[in-house]
Amino acid sequence: MDFTLSPRAAEFRSNVKAFIAENLTTDVVDAMHASGTFNDKAFNAALADAGLLAGAVPGYGDRDPIELYILFNELEKAGAPYDGLAVSMLVAGVINAAGTDFHRSRVMEKLLTGRFNCCLGYSEPDHGSDLAAITTRAVRDGDQWVITGQKMWTTMAHEADWVILLTRTDPDAPRHKGLTMFLVPMDTPGIEVQPVPTMATERTNATFYDDVRVGDEWRLGDLHGGWAVMGVALAFERGVMGGTNPAVPLLRHVRDWAAGTPSPDGATMLHDPLLRERLARTAIANQVSQLLTLRAAWIAATGGLPGLEGSMAKLYSTGRYQQAVGWFQEMAGAEGLLGFGVDGAAADGWIDYDAKHSPVTTIYGGTTEINRNNVAERHLGLPRAR
Amino acid sequence: MDLDLTEDQNTIRQVFADFFSSEAGPGRARGAEPVGFDPVAWERLQQTGAPGMGVPESLGGGGATLADLTVVVEEAGAHIAPLPVVDHMVTARLLATVGACEDDVLTGAMVVGLAIRPPVGDIVRTVPTGAVASRVVALDGEVLLAVDGGPGTHLENHGCLPLAHRPLEGATVLADGPDAVAAHSRALDEWRTLTSATLVGITRTALDLGVGYVKERKQFGRAVGSFQAIQHLLADLPGLLDGARLLTAKAAWAGDRAEAGQPGIADAGDNEITDFATLAGMALVVAGEAATLTTDRSLHVHGGYGFSEEYDIQLYFRRARALAVLLDDPARECRRLADLLLGPAPDSGPPVSGPDANTEYDENPEPHGKGEPHEGPDALVTGATA
Repeated sequence: MDFTLSPRAAEFRSNVKAFIAENLTTDVVDAMHASGTFNDKAFNAALADAGLLAGAVPGYGDRDPIELYILFNELEKAGAPYDGLAVSMLVAGVINAAGTDFHRSRVMEKLLTGRFNCCLGYSEPDHGSDLAAITTRAVRDGDQWVITGQKMWTTMAHEADWVILLTRTDPDAPRHKGLTMFLVPMDTPGIEVQPVPTMATERTNATFYDDVRVGDEWRLGDLHGGWAVMGVALAFERGVMGGTNPAVPLLRHVRDWAAGTPSPDGATMLHDPLLRERLARTAIANQVSQLLTLRAAWIAATGGLPGLEGSMAKLYSTGRYQQAVGWFQEMAGAEGLLGFGVDGAAADGWIDYDAKHSPVTTIYGGTTEINRNNVAERHLGLPRAR
Repeated sequence: MDLDLTEDQNTIRQVFADFFSSEAGPGRARGAEPVGFDPVAWERLQQTGAPGMGVPESLGGGGATLADLTVVVEEAGAHIAPLPVVDHMVTARLLATVGACEDDVLTGAMVVGLAIRPPVGDIVRTVPTGAVASRVVALDGEVLLAVDGGPGTHLENHGCLPLAHRPLEGATVLADGPDAVAAHSRALDEWRTLTSATLVGITRTALDLGVGYVKERKQFGRAVGSFQAIQHLLADLPGLLDGARLLTAKAAWAGDRAEAGQPGIADAGDNEITDFATLAGMALVVAGEAATLTTDRSLHVHGGYGFSEEYDIQLYFRRARALAVLLDDPARECRRLADLLLGPAPDSGPPVSGPDANTEYDENPEPHGKGEPHEGPDALVTGATA
């Protein structure tokens, strides 16, 4: 095995790092946490203008696909607002894999400018992990489809120009075989977005679809082929596009806090043997998470669909992130409970932030239990348990 | 970037998978207990050239890289070969470094081993191969010693490893001074890397044993592997196994680079780790955890049979624990890694050993404020060992 980046990928990484150093200002980061919207259109547009988004779509173009991994890993490590961008590029990848020329010219090319966003309409109020049971209906009416239903956790819907919607088109077919995916412009009449505040700073949404009419050209993938499109989308989401190295900025914040914080025995917290052990364990988990993610990206880069490998990366990294956050919040004591902007907050509020953010990471993009089912059934070959 | 084995390594893997499946495995491991050495298999292994394959060709060896050797010893671990493959390979390379690798060592006619911990008084205690190695190489202060007069008296132990104490009396000096220290330190990191690979092999087979058993064993009228409670005990393990294998491979890659004069870095703040010593220690922690957890869960899902001598999983369970703690408590290994990743804690004395001697680290980094992006590499730069 060779862990050296190709000269081109190495150059790309140094360009991304230079971009981040220049563009990821305190204002950008503060704004994302104040608004709860981890999406900065000016930042995204600047990334595109710097030529850094062209390689960010899985399977598209002539760029070294490892650039996709590099881009999102660098943004995540730096603590940049990348969630909106990751979803947009994920959708661009799905369009590239399953879409038409119409989708490419009307949506994908715009997404690549960094000036547009997309959001994901999969889950519903009553159907989350059991996604194949969704009830949002799409009914054909001549050349059009009429969509009615409700989606949940449509993060970025308030910023998005399109939503990809998983709908039921054949209620009589077996559950996985009656689903169809649509790409729907968010300004279509009948769509309503309501904010769902979360216990961390992130904002998500519920979205309502009331007789929303789109032409058949907005169908993404085959009629009743929505489940296959989901498979592509989930393989990109899990592991490849960020989300597996959140403990890198956490480690940095805790290390820097510890260096400047007196410990009860008169030294600094950075001398505390247990904290040192835990920082090392976090650094180790960060390496393993990176390597599992890199492996998923490598499989995507060499033409595969890393569904299982993404599940493994997500299972490992999110569990370790939560464990690390728990350690550090305990070790910071009361000051670790203080948030951004509060006098005396440990690590300027980052420990509190990560403690509130981390629970969602084993839920979104497929819960830990769904990913374990995935690995048990498809990797270990165990019988289906449900 | 290439996460596949090379063509040569695939051949090596096949050759040694075949060799160990006929000359090792649970039956042979049982037969070799309690000492943990199969002299017949060792004689046959000599015919493959494995004992000297890691020594440079210019010195009569096989010229294999550290990465090549990990492929061999993963297979040894997967078949729990009762053979001192890791220790002999590492010690032969160390002896070659100081110009003392004799023909008998190259061929394997004379078994050699490494004292992985410093002497206590005038004895090196619990040497991993002390009960089979004629010659043990030990570092006493800054003096590298050949401790002859073996094999020593076997110490019965949990893992049925050929452990023995070895008195230093009559030892001859191989080298001394900083070069001797660096050579031993390098050998110890190679030992960490190859022991990690052995543990990866143990983990791989232990997982197969557990999965195979739960597919066959029926309770309540169906295979126990169809129960989600069982599936979820096993589903985290493939990611841990693959993570351990990738990290071990990266350590070997870094070791081969360091030997070629390319130093690495250890920048925990950016999760950029290419330093051999750091990766070798990390790999041992991760592989030890993977093997311990996997053998534990695999034994557990065997029910009472897993605890019985008749079933093979207990062989893997005991060896996994033995190899994971043989060098040191993993928590202490993490604190040693913290010195490499964070710089030494001022109270804790000089860094532990080896390539961290010339570290450069800002002891009092300016705390990063909230919103302040990570600035550049605050890397711990370590020198390569040649």
